[in-house]
Amino acid sequence: MALKIVKGSIDRMFDKNLQDLVRGIRNHKEDEAKYISTCIDEIKQELKQDNIAVKANAVCKLTYLQMLGYDVSWAAFNIVEVMSSSKFTYKRIGYLAASQCFHESTDVIMLTTNQIRKDLSSPNQYDTGVALTGLSCFVTPDLARDLANDIMTLMSHTKPYIRKKAVLIMYKVFLKYPESLRPAFPRLKEKLEDPDPGVQSAAVNVICELARRNPKNYLSLAPLFFKLMTSSTNNWVLIKIIKLFGALTPLEPRLGKKLIEPLTNLIHRIYLFFSQILHHLSAITLVCFSWLIAFLFFITVLISLSSGMPNHSASIQLCVQKLRILIEDSDQNLKYLGLLAMSKILKTHPKSVQSHKDLILQCLDDKDESIRLRALDLLYGMVSKKNLMEIVKKLMLHVDKAEGTTYRDELLTKIIDICSQSNYQYITNFEWYISILVELTRLEGTRHGHLIASQMLDVAIRVKAIRVFAVAQMATLLDNAHMLTGNTQRNGICEVLYAAAWICGEFSEHLENPMETLEAMLRPKVATLPGHIQAVYVQNAAKLFATVLKSQEGNTDSTTAQEASQLMIDRLPLFVQSANLEVQERASCILQLVKYIQKLQQKDVEVSEEVCALFAGELNPVAPKAQKKVPIPDGLDLDAWINEPPSESESEDEQPKAIFSKEEPKHSRPRHTEVDEKELARRREARKQEQANNPFYIKASPSSQKVYQETPGVEHIPVVQIDLSVPLKVPGLPMSDQYVKLEEERRQKERAEKKKKDKKKRKEKRSGRGKKHDSGPESEEDITPAHMVDIVTEEMPENALPSDDDERDPADPHKALDIDLDKPLADSEKLPVRSHRAAEVLKSPAEDEEGENVSSLEPKKKSSKEKREKKKDKDKDRKVKMLFDRRLLRLISVMLTFIFLFYSFDRKAYDIQGNLQDGSQVVVSVIFENKCDSFLKSMEFNVLDSLNSKLQRPEGSGPHDSLTIPFQLPPGVSNEARFVFTVQSIIMPQKLKGTLTFIVKNEESSTHEKLDFKLHFTCTSYLITTPCYSDAFAKLLESGDLKSSSIRLEGVNMPFHHLLARICFHHHFSVVERIDSCASMYSRSIQGHHVCLLVKITVSVDAKCDEPTLLGNVLDEIKQTFSQC
Amino acid sequence: MRVRVCVCVCVRACVCVCVCVCCQMRFLLLFSRQGKLRLQKWFTAMSDRERKKIIREMTTMVLARQPRSSNFLQWKDLKIIYKRYASLYFCLGVEAQENELLALEIIHRYVELLDKYFGNVCELDIIFNFEKAYFILDEFLMGGEIQETSKQTVNRCIEASDMLQETMEEYMSKPAF
Repeated sequence: MALKIVKGSIDRMFDKNLQDLVRGIRNHKEDEAKYISTCIDEIKQELKQDNIAVKANAVCKLTYLQMLGYDVSWAAFNIVEVMSSSKFTYKRIGYLAASQCFHESTDVIMLTTNQIRKDLSSPNQYDTGVALTGLSCFVTPDLARDLANDIMTLMSHTKPYIRKKAVLIMYKVFLKYPESLRPAFPRLKEKLEDPDPGVQSAAVNVICELARRNPKNYLSLAPLFFKLMTSSTNNWVLIKIIKLFGALTPLEPRLGKKLIEPLTNLIHRIYLFFSQILHHLSAITLVCFSWLIAFLFFITVLISLSSGMPNHSASIQLCVQKLRILIEDSDQNLKYLGLLAMSKILKTHPKSVQSHKDLILQCLDDKDESIRLRALDLLYGMVSKKNLMEIVKKLMLHVDKAEGTTYRDELLTKIIDICSQSNYQYITNFEWYISILVELTRLEGTRHGHLIASQMLDVAIRVKAIRVFAVAQMATLLDNAHMLTGNTQRNGICEVLYAAAWICGEFSEHLENPMETLEAMLRPKVATLPGHIQAVYVQNAAKLFATVLKSQEGNTDSTTAQEASQLMIDRLPLFVQSANLEVQERASCILQLVKYIQKLQQKDVEVSEEVCALFAGELNPVAPKAQKKVPIPDGLDLDAWINEPPSESESEDEQPKAIFSKEEPKHSRPRHTEVDEKELARRREARKQEQANNPFYIKASPSSQKVYQETPGVEHIPVVQIDLSVPLKVPGLPMSDQYVKLEEERRQKERAEKKKKDKKKRKEKRSGRGKKHDSGPESEEDITPAHMVDIVTEEMPENALPSDDDERDPADPHKALDIDLDKPLADSEKLPVRSHRAAEVLKSPAEDEEGENVSSLEPKKKSSKEKREKKKDKDKDRKVKMLFDRRLLRLISVMLTFIFLFYSFDRKAYDIQGNLQDGSQVVVSVIFENKCDSFLKSMEFNVLDSLNSKLQRPEGSGPHDSLTIPFQLPPGVSNEARFVFTVQSIIMPQKLKGTLTFIVKNEESSTHEKLDFKLHFTCTSYLITTPCYSDAFAKLLESGDLKSSSIRLEGVNMPFHHLLARICFHHHFSVVERIDSCASMYSRSIQGHHVCLLVKITVSVDAKCDEPTLLGNVLDEIKQTFSQC
Repeated sequence: MRVRVCVCVCVRACVCVCVCVCCQMRFLLLFSRQGKLRLQKWFTAMSDRERKKIIREMTTMVLARQPRSSNFLQWKDLKIIYKRYASLYFCLGVEAQENELLALEIIHRYVELLDKYFGNVCELDIIFNFEKAYFILDEFLMGGEIQETSKQTVNRCIEASDMLQETMEEYMSKPAF
């Protein structure tokens, strides 16, 4: 009887097990949520009971509910409870629940450390196994650090079951706690030769994964893997190893030759393996293709092997042909794989794939989306100048046909990607590109409006020649804005209007009818656009307004101008009421301005010039990374304290605990950053190399390079004649086709002309080698762009360092694993081992939790002092490094002087003179004198341009090309060369770095030498001695436009007239008037700044100038001149 | 003179990629034809929100596929390999470097293992014994890598730990007095 009662109560406890829950959910299909919420309430009750069996049951149910998508994070602590049960049944459930529900931010994970450690050392291998499995799902950096040593011990457990799991989980530990890699690696390496095949394959897996990311650290393992490859019986392992070799061979080309033989032996095995897999795909017919699949797999390896061997194009050609068979097959999987392999070949051998363009284009019609996407990827690499238009035309057709927005969006991005790749390298006709972009705006429901917009902006800003056309197109777009915004907001396509408005405003001088556009931009409908677009509208309306005024300048009939201001005044109040702050502010600002202008207009005052001055100046594109690359100026120490650091005693009292725990991670990863520059540079170089060769590495698209050279001025660009045969304003008509046609015609004409020329040439050369010129299909280079296109490169800050640092994702965990494994292990690198804590574990379990708490707090307390000490150390380190750097610098400069001495090459005397005719030109004449007794020739002069000053180079050369000096220097001869610089702002002195390369030739040898120098553009050099009469001088001083400043020249004791002569000579001043102890002097800058000096015999100088910065700099220079004597 | 802040023109669209580069396999999902999730295994730690988002996208993407399409999909930087067995879709997300066919083979192996354990497995088996399905998976894959390629070994391990559990259960259900 008693037994029955107990049993009954047990039954009630288990009244709903997992099966019941599942059944219940299935029975309550219509009110599932309600049913589950009652279930969760029950589970909450069950979790409150003491019986662990009931809890485990509840947790099991929770795991199921979690899978269905219900939040169970509230039960995290109960899961830990079940995990810590001593019974395997419950432990298993607990760990399963933990592995499903826990993630890095689950805070109870902290509590599990000791429990997991206990389980890892459990005598029962399945306990250990379950703990390892669970841990693999939720390992955190803290857990990894604390448990690394325990797991490492498990790698040499007696049971292979445990060893296998321990080896696999080690990879996760490495990722979370990179410091553990070095100490654990020797043991991991041992496991490659473990007697158990499972452990062996696990070790291969882990090392392959590690090596694939940082291959060069694992080169020394190649012989071991080579042995494994020939001896292993496991196909999975084999494939892993072959892949690994694919990553290693680019680093060690000799490996490639060695591998060919074993690989050819293995191909049969791989082929059988793949045929087995294909068999599982339940398509018998596929099996006959399995050799092709095996072969596909080898292609990946082969490509990397072939990098070590030239002349592989024949076999690659064969590969591509076989792939074609695969792609033409009706089975979709094969098709997909074929395309994938094709794209791999494309990366290294683009030529051989390009001939199969027809096939790829055909694949675009496939009904399977993933195949179409693959084909698109391929197309990206296949375009050339010749076929770009054709391919894009095809793609445009697909855009029209495409169903489903995702695919269409994908198409759109691909079109833009294809066209804009490597800085618009393949676009020969930008009018065509603009019209493509305009056509793309007609897409419904795309969410890539901003992409199109940014392309429009980019092209319009950077391709100066296209602006006229672009502005016309944008004006049409603005006029038809209702088509874009018509019905509701079509996800983001209205972004295009942002670009359109900006382009129309900024380049409004090209507008045919600015008044019309102005009207279009101020339509009431605009107020429905998103705020940031409205803001641009308002701002650019003002620009347009300025243009309208300017166009009416000098026109006696001022009605148009007045109409424009009236229009502005009428329409702007709508924007002033806008809820968007930006719009409101801009609108009210501009409204007031226009009102004021209107008043002036009514008084017949010419205002256009002033209004235009608001928007004067050219905008240059700035490279996206420019900001990051601004170098830290000399003498600025970003790490220095601005204020005195708070005193120590204070901080100890006041620092709250939270700070310690926050800063903890910093302190757990010591001295990773302190690698010296050289090492970094070396690594960077090595990495670049490795990335270039690694077929698995997806390269970032090459950073923008110049394709076309910057020509010195806008005037040199022929303005595009818009052919009137092209109707510009036909909305709804795809115009790009016409451009394709036009472009075709143009090319044909060009080709014909070329042929004619060739013929002429050939006629001349008849007697020569005969016809080699007979050009069949036109080659890439033959196609010249439609008009000289000037793609303005994006600006970078002066002396920005080129670096590839940003190529790699800083968050990539594998970067931390780039550790040299062959170095001997230092003591400090050993894994943290529990020493004193071991005793605590032996305490009774009740105390255990407390012990855990104590141990977790302890290091934090310590850390406050420790950290401070470490910081000091770090500072010291940094100082040492700086010292070292400085020493290095000195060394370099000594070496340079050495070179100077050796060739006794002239310390170049140079003179900088401004050119009055052109306010932005400075002529630098340099005297080259050869003081050595060898012959100097092929001298090339180059200067690193800065934003402000640029060396003028002949037309057609790039901004980094050097200038050839037109003479040679026999020993002892000197000669002068002049270089013209363009300077924008002259108010600051400038230093330009440059190099002179030359060939030193004597009887025995000729060597190539380089000489670095700095050109110092002082502000003085921008001043030009200009005579001035005293009355004009007096007027100038009276005008009150000039700012004044004064200095005292210390320690000058020379006659007054010497002093004046010195100033005149060194600083290009002229004396206006001298009254015994006083003299007034005058000079003018090349940009017309007046500089007046009043020098007194007490050697104080009072100066006035309309540009205070310039004045300050000139005075500094004067001071310097006198401090030298 | 007009001084203006630079206009940065960034051409390429930034593709947002989650920063958890870890193991070759990222997740395994099992779902029915109706889109009901039957099993989910994540080999990297991820927050619930991310998981739910991925599950939603996977089910819609895979279920929308037409019959007789390829078994491969590209999703962000991952390759998605799926295969349908009866009414159940198996969907595996792997890194881009992985071989598609091998991934298919992994799915197939898992199905074989389930088959062996349950004896001609059906969807209901997995629904009602979902924890067993997890245990089998844990013996087969671990941390996104293949742990054991031999089917026999996996089965042996499962049986052994089941034995352990069952004896425990018997022991527990025995009245303690």
